[in-house]
Amino acid sequence: MISSIVENVLTNNALITAFAFVGILSLSTNKLSDVLTGGRIHGSAVAIPLGLVLAHVGGVVTGGSKGLADIPIFAGVAVMGGAMLRDFAIVSTAFGADLSALKKAGLVGSLSILIGVVLSFVVGAGAAVAFGYTDPVSVATIGAGAATYVVGPVTGTALGASSDVIALSVAAGLIKSVTVMIGTPFVANWIGLNNPTSAMIYGGLMGTTSGVAGGLAATDPKLVPYGAMTATFYTGVGCLLAPSILFLLVKFILS
Amino acid sequence: MIIYGVALLAVCMLVGSVTGKLIGVLIGIDANVGGVGISMLLLLFLTNLKSERFRLKPLSERGIAYWTAMYIPIVVAMAAKQNVYAALNGGAVAVVAGLLAVVASFALIPILTRMAGQSDDQ
Repeated sequence: MISSIVENVLTNNALITAFAFVGILSLSTNKLSDVLTGGRIHGSAVAIPLGLVLAHVGGVVTGGSKGLADIPIFAGVAVMGGAMLRDFAIVSTAFGADLSALKKAGLVGSLSILIGVVLSFVVGAGAAVAFGYTDPVSVATIGAGAATYVVGPVTGTALGASSDVIALSVAAGLIKSVTVMIGTPFVANWIGLNNPTSAMIYGGLMGTTSGVAGGLAATDPKLVPYGAMTATFYTGVGCLLAPSILFLLVKFILS
Repeated sequence: MIIYGVALLAVCMLVGSVTGKLIGVLIGIDANVGGVGISMLLLLFLTNLKSERFRLKPLSERGIAYWTAMYIPIVVAMAAKQNVYAALNGGAVAVVAGLLAVVASFALIPILTRMAGQSDDQ
């Protein structure tokens, strides 16, 4: 009886449960990072991959699409980690950002968005061709998915791609976003991701809002406003270029 | 009042999102183009105003600082609600396309950063 009362309270106060859950998760990963690495690895560089593992478990257990949040008592995780609060927190990081640093890297930052969209598209389309896809619509849709998991389905729908190719493009975008979240702290030193300029370039090249948000959180939260500033334009630029110029380019090359 | 800071942040985000959606409509795509970036610029602009009549008191600033501090926990929750299962079961082509796109983009960051540095020196 007690367990059903507890379950009831946790489910009915979903967001509050999520606060408590994430707090406990962060406490344990911070302790873990202290004990195992002497605090050398940022606690959130452990918490984010652990979150992803739990998301996978949620998907396996429920077969749903919202990771851990598909388990009823963890439903609040979807609200806490949803686009609304995520964007609210990202915008808040602009308070105290350095306007002159933003201006300084403005041009190369904008350029990096264009380069980033084209680069990811070309690489993704190349992978599709390597796996035996030959029709331009499928190749372009998978290429678009390698940009972000929004650009993929937008492009696929516009071009009339089949639903399994659209699903592939979403999966490619998800893999990208997960890889960026986990990988960023480990390559940050090597790629020089330690100042506002490189953070703006990083945001423009990666473009996945969740990937960039997670990657910078685990690397250096002070860089968040610079990376988020460029990443926010990426999906729009991708939705504009992928079904038009980039698709025509694929069609031209494959025919 | 703390709510002044929270409300300012909220208004910036709402105005930015509406603007981003409008840009999307103008260029003919159903997406929010740069809404977060516009919101951030708006917040930066408003909190840097030198006017005496419009200045956040330290207590109001805490309404914004709270959400900045909540950023990492929110991102952890975001990680826990990703569709990792679908990502890993999407098939080899999806994994290869996604991974290679990240590797290529990571590799380009130092090159573009160096270019940015050089254009500064001129």
